[in-house]
Amino acid sequence: MKKDTPVERLYNGIIKENPTFVMMLGMCPTLAVTTSAMNGIGMGLATTIILIASNVMISLLRKIIPDGVRMPAYIVVVASFVTIVEFLLEGYVPSLYSALGIYIPLIVVNCIILGRAEAYAGKNKVIPSLFDGLGMGIGFTIGLTCIGMVRELIGAGTLFDMKVMPSAYEPLTIFIMAPGAFLVLAMLVALQNRVRRGKAKKEGKMVPNCEEIGCASCTNHACGAKAAKGEGTR
Amino acid sequence: MNGLLQVSSSPHARGKVTTGNIMGMVLLALTPAACMGIWNFGIRALLIIAITMVSSVLTEYLYEKAMHRTITISDGSAMVTGLLIAMNLPVNVPLWMPVIGAVFAILVVKQLFGGLGQNIMNPALAARCFLLISFPAHMTDFSVSERAASHIVDTVSGATPLAAMKAGEQVNLLSMFLGNTRGTIGETSALALLIGGIFLVCVHVIDLRIPATYIVTELLFALIFGGHGFDLAYLGGHLLGGGLMLGAWFMATDYVTRPITKKGQYLYAVILGLLTGVFRIMGKSAEGVSYAIIFTNLLVPLIERVTVPTAFGKGGKKKA
Repeated sequence: MKKDTPVERLYNGIIKENPTFVMMLGMCPTLAVTTSAMNGIGMGLATTIILIASNVMISLLRKIIPDGVRMPAYIVVVASFVTIVEFLLEGYVPSLYSALGIYIPLIVVNCIILGRAEAYAGKNKVIPSLFDGLGMGIGFTIGLTCIGMVRELIGAGTLFDMKVMPSAYEPLTIFIMAPGAFLVLAMLVALQNRVRRGKAKKEGKMVPNCEEIGCASCTNHACGAKAAKGEGTR
Repeated sequence: MNGLLQVSSSPHARGKVTTGNIMGMVLLALTPAACMGIWNFGIRALLIIAITMVSSVLTEYLYEKAMHRTITISDGSAMVTGLLIAMNLPVNVPLWMPVIGAVFAILVVKQLFGGLGQNIMNPALAARCFLLISFPAHMTDFSVSERAASHIVDTVSGATPLAAMKAGEQVNLLSMFLGNTRGTIGETSALALLIGGIFLVCVHVIDLRIPATYIVTELLFALIFGGHGFDLAYLGGHLLGGGLMLGAWFMATDYVTRPITKKGQYLYAVILGLLTGVFRIMGKSAEGVSYAIIFTNLLVPLIERVTVPTAFGKGGKKKA
């Protein structure tokens, strides 16, 4: 696939470098707010909007921002958008606003947003940056929604607040509490690693796209190349 | 001369003790308490014990079969886990709950971490906490059938002795010692648990280090912070009530999740005692043994790191 085209950026964000399941970024909101599918979607969409806006803005400003102070500059840009989104949520969807609580202002320090600013938007043109933000945002939303759906289904017996389990089902409350978040995230990551590994085996390469993504954003800690470089493997 | 020519890698001498017979000893040691539970709470207790043991072994078998691993059900560890889960459940739980507990213990806590010897916390207790958080109503329902009620010494509120004590009521220490009180299936009879524990000490499966230090620390904590001073009835209630006996003799001493260094075992037991005391006296619920044990299980790698013994010939003061 050609690099930096809109489609490639979307594919990259949703599948190849999915922030939740592959890059393991933004774990704080991922674990904390996914108590229901609705909260997962809400958090994902809020982050997506901020991600797109900040990516575009930072890409526009990339030649103006001096290299030495780029981090504070990025934070200011992100914080402005977060404040706007926070007020909008408070005004138009107060239920979601109160459900997400402190995690909305915390989007400022979400490592996906800073990571994309640093790794992509700060060096690339506006249109690819926009799609990079959109792809990453959708990837994040999908991740959060999946976790939220599983937790809500097992932990409350509902899906998007609709009762789906038979009334005899007694919900395993632990799944909508903190330990459940870790359990579900771990299981889903394991599941998608298995799918990827199966695909890689079929295509004849063990680690998918190893050369393309490079070692920095690779999550395979057991990889030999990583160990040779002295990183990874604990 | 022939023997001298054999070449093999270490270990050259092996003990006769296997996982299988250690687990057999533990099962044997748990039998008095299990029997006491069945006598106390009726045939339903036996049913629950059977369900948890069968589903534990079955889960282990199915997982290892599916993952093409060596089948390890014959070492008895799954049976011990199953029995311990059952002993940690009240007799009134719906019959599907032991199954969920067993599957969680064996599949998530034990097998996903790599099977026996790799689990980071005691599977049976992790399952108990999992169920306790998920189904608080069922897990704290200590009502008993009419037949059982006829010989169970009742407290006014019908709660467990520890809960009654927390509410400021008097408890009957003798019945707590013998076991005809309310509680989970295996925890009520201190006498039966003590028999099992002493048996394990006698056959050298466990030693006194962890249980004794744990119990003494908990009692000291209750003495200092319990607010009753040196009140034998209060301290006796702490000693005999709840899961302290079961936890100290059978679950804190689990080989996999206790420290291997001697100093570490003392430290581990002291932390257990302090945490249990904190949970029992300052916490909202009356019981804290299971949370204390699984929490301290997680500290074991750190405890082991700071208590590495000095190798022979190393360290010590140098002569000037």
